[in-house]
Amino acid sequence: MLERRDFVRQLLIDRGDLLVVPGLGSATYDVAAAGDHPLNFYLWGAMGGTAMIGLGLALARPDRRVLAMPGDGDLLMGFGSLATIGVKQPKNLVIVVLDNAHYGETGMQPSHTKAGIDLVTAALACRFREARAVSRIEEAADVRKLLHAGEGPILVNARIGAEDTPRVLPLRDGHAIKQRFIEALNPA
Amino acid sequence: MHSPTTIETSWPDAIHAHFRRVGIRQVGYVPDAGHSRLITLCKDDPQIADVVLTTEEEGVGLVAGAALGGQRAALLMQSSGVGNCINMFSLLRNCGFGCVILVTMRGEFGEFNPWQVPMGSITEEVLRLSGFLTYRIESADMVDDIVGAGCDMAFDGNLQVAILLSQRLIGRKQWTK
Repeated sequence: MLERRDFVRQLLIDRGDLLVVPGLGSATYDVAAAGDHPLNFYLWGAMGGTAMIGLGLALARPDRRVLAMPGDGDLLMGFGSLATIGVKQPKNLVIVVLDNAHYGETGMQPSHTKAGIDLVTAALACRFREARAVSRIEEAADVRKLLHAGEGPILVNARIGAEDTPRVLPLRDGHAIKQRFIEALNPA
Repeated sequence: MHSPTTIETSWPDAIHAHFRRVGIRQVGYVPDAGHSRLITLCKDDPQIADVVLTTEEEGVGLVAGAALGGQRAALLMQSSGVGNCINMFSLLRNCGFGCVILVTMRGEFGEFNPWQVPMGSITEEVLRLSGFLTYRIESADMVDDIVGAGCDMAFDGNLQVAILLSQRLIGRKQWTK
């Protein structure tokens, strides 16, 4: 099992111009804990939408790499998105699912992945070019390579521990998060 | 057989022309009979990435992602699809993402299927409660004006605009061959 903060921090080392969309809840806190950045589009809601925001962004900016990082509950809520992404085949999109097999924000109820529903098989069935599960911190460097150079669409099922981590709260004003991102990505 | 007249087949072209004019680059949709010609026009347009969705809710995320990347996006859906989007619409309102949704109406004028009525009859109200400006089009001669104004308002002001294409405009669904 991965320790989520350490794993996300390692993924974002030398992130360069990577565009990052973390899902609501702990994924957003993990990305904030790794260091605030204007090219983070923090989500505080829109559960189920993280992967599709990643797709819209990847299609709009084929010259940049996009990381969408939902939790398992977020991905499951928008499960059809995997099929939609499979149709479009964005080469620059990587989805890293922070899968603790639980709904952390609501009291740690078990999610579908706890019952063995396999996100890797689902992604491959949806014509993702690559899908793999990782559970050891030594694998973070390989995942980081996929983020920057792998041919998408790629899904990485990151099996993280279900331990509680302190909340790290970034910007919450949606207009401010959006405007900061757009200005950083498209300088005047 | 229903034989569409010239004016009936030209309104999707007028919508597509406004998509081109304001530079819409992504169009998300769930396949729909009323939108079939507009969908074909978008698919055939090399300037537009067409994204077929499994549920309309996915399109809301698509619009937000496109806008973050500097592109304008529109969604095409049936009135029933509006109900599938309600919570996700908060993303548009909360962050101020400009968006145009073209909604083909079911469950109103001449509807043969009562199962379409519950959602069709509350579609416009749901959109308003979700933060959208709504405009209704009853006839083909209104399309150019309203779609043009709607696109301008959405993208000049980062507003959420929904344009309802009435069942009277798109024609009753032909149930028998």
